[in-house]
This record gives sequence, structure tokens and C-alpha cells, in this order.
Amino acid sequence: MSTSTTGDAILKLDGVSKTFGGLKALTDVSFALQPGEVVGLIGPNGAGKTTLVNVVTGNLRPSSGSILFEGKDVAAQKPHEAARRGLARTFQIVQPFPQMTVLENVTAGALFGGGAASVGDARDMARTSLDFVGLAPLADRPAAQLALAARKRLELAKSLAMNPKVLMLDEVNAGLNSSEIDGALALIRSIAERGVTVLIIEHLMKVVLSLSKRLLVLHHGQMIADGPSREIVADERVIEAYLGQKYAAKLKERHHG
Amino acid sequence: MKSGPLAYLLLAAGILVLATTPLYADNYVVRTAAIVAMYGALATSWNFIGGFTGYPSFSTAAFFGLGCYVGAICQRAGVPMIAAWLIATLMVGVFAALLGAIILRLRGHYFAIGSIAVVEVCRLVVSSWSSLTGGGDGLNLPLLHWPPEELMRFFLFVMLGILVLSLIATFLVDRARLGFGLRCIHQNEDAAAMVGIDTTRYKVAAYTLSAIFCAAAGAAYASWTGYIDPTESFQILMTVKVPVMAMLGGAGTLAGPFLGAAAFVLLEEVFWANFLDWNRAILGVVIVLLVFFLPGGLLSLHLRRRAKSGGAA
Repeated sequence: MSTSTTGDAILKLDGVSKTFGGLKALTDVSFALQPGEVVGLIGPNGAGKTTLVNVVTGNLRPSSGSILFEGKDVAAQKPHEAARRGLARTFQIVQPFPQMTVLENVTAGALFGGGAASVGDARDMARTSLDFVGLAPLADRPAAQLALAARKRLELAKSLAMNPKVLMLDEVNAGLNSSEIDGALALIRSIAERGVTVLIIEHLMKVVLSLSKRLLVLHHGQMIADGPSREIVADERVIEAYLGQKYAAKLKERHHG
Repeated sequence: MKSGPLAYLLLAAGILVLATTPLYADNYVVRTAAIVAMYGALATSWNFIGGFTGYPSFSTAAFFGLGCYVGAICQRAGVPMIAAWLIATLMVGVFAALLGAIILRLRGHYFAIGSIAVVEVCRLVVSSWSSLTGGGDGLNLPLLHWPPEELMRFFLFVMLGILVLSLIATFLVDRARLGFGLRCIHQNEDAAAMVGIDTTRYKVAAYTLSAIFCAAAGAAYASWTGYIDPTESFQILMTVKVPVMAMLGGAGTLAGPFLGAAAFVLLEEVFWANFLDWNRAILGVVIVLLVFFLPGGLLSLHLRRRAKSGGAA
């Protein structure tokens, strides 16, 4: 249940809560990410995973608690400030600039978030990240024409062009078939190898387990577990949250019986 | 949206035709040319906020009218004419930046209604503030005692100058970080913020750019006509006409708004001259047809033909 929350954490949340009127979306969430770590964030539907990402990237302001990025409190930042600091994200529902070409989409990321000096430089950076995700052959297509798997790659290329320090991937694999998922997994692994800290928000256990050694579990807006993946998967409360109390009890009986 | 070589050619030809009218045409034609240039400048200005950024602004007449009044008040206070125009441009620019920071929080239809309210509020303030603006009686400006031809030629070149400046600004913005960011905001404002665009600052910049050339044109117009009043300066009709012109030519392109303005003013002249009772109705029908059959504007006709013939559009 413990994390090595030393001072050099790149992202640190401390007692973060978010309420919408009477609804508590997040309650007292604390965790820290070390530079270069790949961490999975799991939890059932409505657990508050996307809200958590929105709070970290400035789309929502936390009701209380602090968010430290590289030691600086960024709880009051705006989304564009988060992007420029190196906190990038992808959306669960992809958000391209539909009428622009694939190259232009990624150029926008490099120009505004990646600190490119000019539009020309940004275009070069964009080509590099398109090569990296394997979208270079589609560079001149309008983004609206891409199939879902390619759009997810576009989102990745766009956030990579922003030179992120922390990348939050919100369900990048949702809606993909299994061969597409394998491709995406290889891609995420190579992103992590570049030293980017990655937080993967996922539904699919297979995906999270194959990528991250450490898991965070969110349930009803509370962080119910934080630790090595193998231990977390066996954790009773996690099984309960995912499968329901009844099934968890049955599973336990079978193990002991 | 990039303008092709044809668009640049039409643009250059159009400006050349307007600039040479004093050589071969009578005063009526020169006056029409000056009006085309003025509306060209207004539509090109609108393009920053309406075309690039995709915010349906109806504030044009507010900026134009305020430009009229600031220019007139300065000139009456003894400021030389051209200095008065510059002061008007600057003051209305500051006004637009401050107003934009508030009104650009609205999106879509709400923004459209908010921006049209700005015109009405400005008109009401100007007509009520009699001590400064002369209220409903309007203001007289110092008359220019020049021969009519010379006067007309002078203001034709002033309006052309403002038009050319607005086109240069468009050209520069289109190629710079600002233009790229504005187009991103047009496509998807949330995604624009997520890639690191300070959307508020960019939108305010676009709104301010859309104001300054209108203010300059308004101040020059006031000096040209020598008399202004609130109803003439803050016309709802102008505020609607200008976006229609820009869309007629092709919103978001460099040459489109000017070409649309030229086509619109000429159509209006033709209908005004030949169908005095029906001109508004005919104009309305033309607008409806354009919206239904040519939503990309006149320039898109050319692109469409190129696409059909197999070339890259």
C-alpha cells in the first residue's frame, strides 16, 4: 500500500477532492509518480478516473488538496498551461482538428505545446513523431478521414510532439480490436522507453498488467489501492470493486475450499 | 483553407481595377469603387474573428460607428484628420480587447447575440450622450474644400489603403503562429487548449484585429461624408451585410472576403438601380441561394471544379 514518495516525484497529488454540487467525484486522493515510471490507473465505470485526469490537466479545478508538478503547485493552472509545462494527455473520445491534415494536427502539438520556435520547426518535429507512431504515410489526409485506430495513434503523435514529461493516456485502447491493441501496446512501451512518465487509464486488465508494474485503483472516487500490480490484482477490495461482493466471496471460497 | 493562385490573381486584378477607376470613369463609379474598397476592408477584418476563429461576430457596425465618432470628436477638437483616424483606430482597438475578454466567453449563437447587442448598446450610449456626441442631431465635421473629383479620389485611395493593410495583416497572420492557433480554435476549442494554445488571448487578438480596420474605415468615412449621426453610424444592416460578404467570397481565405464584398456591392447597385421596390427581396433570395448551394463561397467553385477534373484541390 505504500509508495516511495520521496521528494523527487514528478507529479504528486495530496488529498485531492472534487465535488460537483453534492456529488463527490474524488475524495482525498493522494499518490505520486516517479520520473520514468509507467503506472496503471484502474477502476470500474464512474470511479472518477477521467475526473482525476481532468483535475491534473487543469480542465477542472480541485475542490481541495494540492497537485505538485516538479515540486510546483499547479492546482489552479489552465489546460494550456498544463500542456506547456509538459503534462500531456489523450482523450477517451479522440479530439482531432477534423478539417486539418494529420500533419497539421501534430504540428499544432509541436508548435504550441512542444515549444517549437517556428511553424517550420514544428512541422519537422511533427514528422518525427508521425514516423514514430507509424502514421507518416497518412500525413496529408484530413484527420476526419482516419479510422478509429489511426485516430488514436494521431492523438498519441500529437501528445508526443508536445514533448511531454508526464503523459496521461485515457483509454487509448477502447474500441480497438486485439491486433490493434498489440500495436498500441508496443507503441506505449516505446514511449515509456524514451523516459516519459506514463499514466495509463484502462479498463482492460490485460493491457495494464502487460505495461505497468504498479497500479492505482480508484473506486467511488477514492484511492483504494496503490502498489505492485501482482499484489493489487489479488487484493480482495479490488476484486470486490470490480466483480461485486457476492462474486468476490464465491471466489474466495473456491480458493480456500 | 488556402487561397489558390486564381484567388491571388483575382485579388490583384480587383484592387487594380478599383485603383484605376479615376482614370476612365465618372464620379459615380469612383464612389462605388471607394465603397467596394471600404466594405472589402470591413469584410477582411471580420475574417479574423469570423473566418479564422469561427466566432460569428456581428460587432462590425459597433467598431465602425465608434471609429466614426472618435474620429469626428477628435477632429472637432482640432486634431488633424489623419491623426484623428489613428487615435480612433487605437482607441477602438483597446475597446475591442477589453470587450473581447468578456464577450468571448460566450460561444456559438450566444456569442452572435452578444456581439449584436454590442452594436445596439453603443448606438444607445452615443445617442444619449448628447453633450459629447450631439445625440440624435449628429455631428458635423470640418469640411474639406476640395474639388469633388479630387475628394472622391482621395477617399478612394484611403479606403484602398485600409483594405491593403487589412490584407497584409491577414497574409501575415495566416502564416504565423497566431493564424495556426486561430484555425485550431475554429476546429476544436478544447483540443486547442489541450495542445497548449492560450485560447482566451488568441481570441482577444482576433477580435481586436477584426476591430481596428473597421475603426479606421469608420473614422475615414466620417471625414468623407462630413456629417455623422447614430442611426447612420451603427447600422444593424451593415453588421449583417459584412459577414454575408465574407461568406459569399469564402470565409477563412485571404482573397474571399474582398471578392465577396465586391460582388455584393455590385449586385446591390444593380438591384438598387433596376428594381427599386424589390431590391431587398431579390438580395434576400440571392443570399438564401448562396447559403444553400455555395456554402464555401465563390472561391469554392474553382476548387470544386479542380477536384472534379482530378487535380489536387
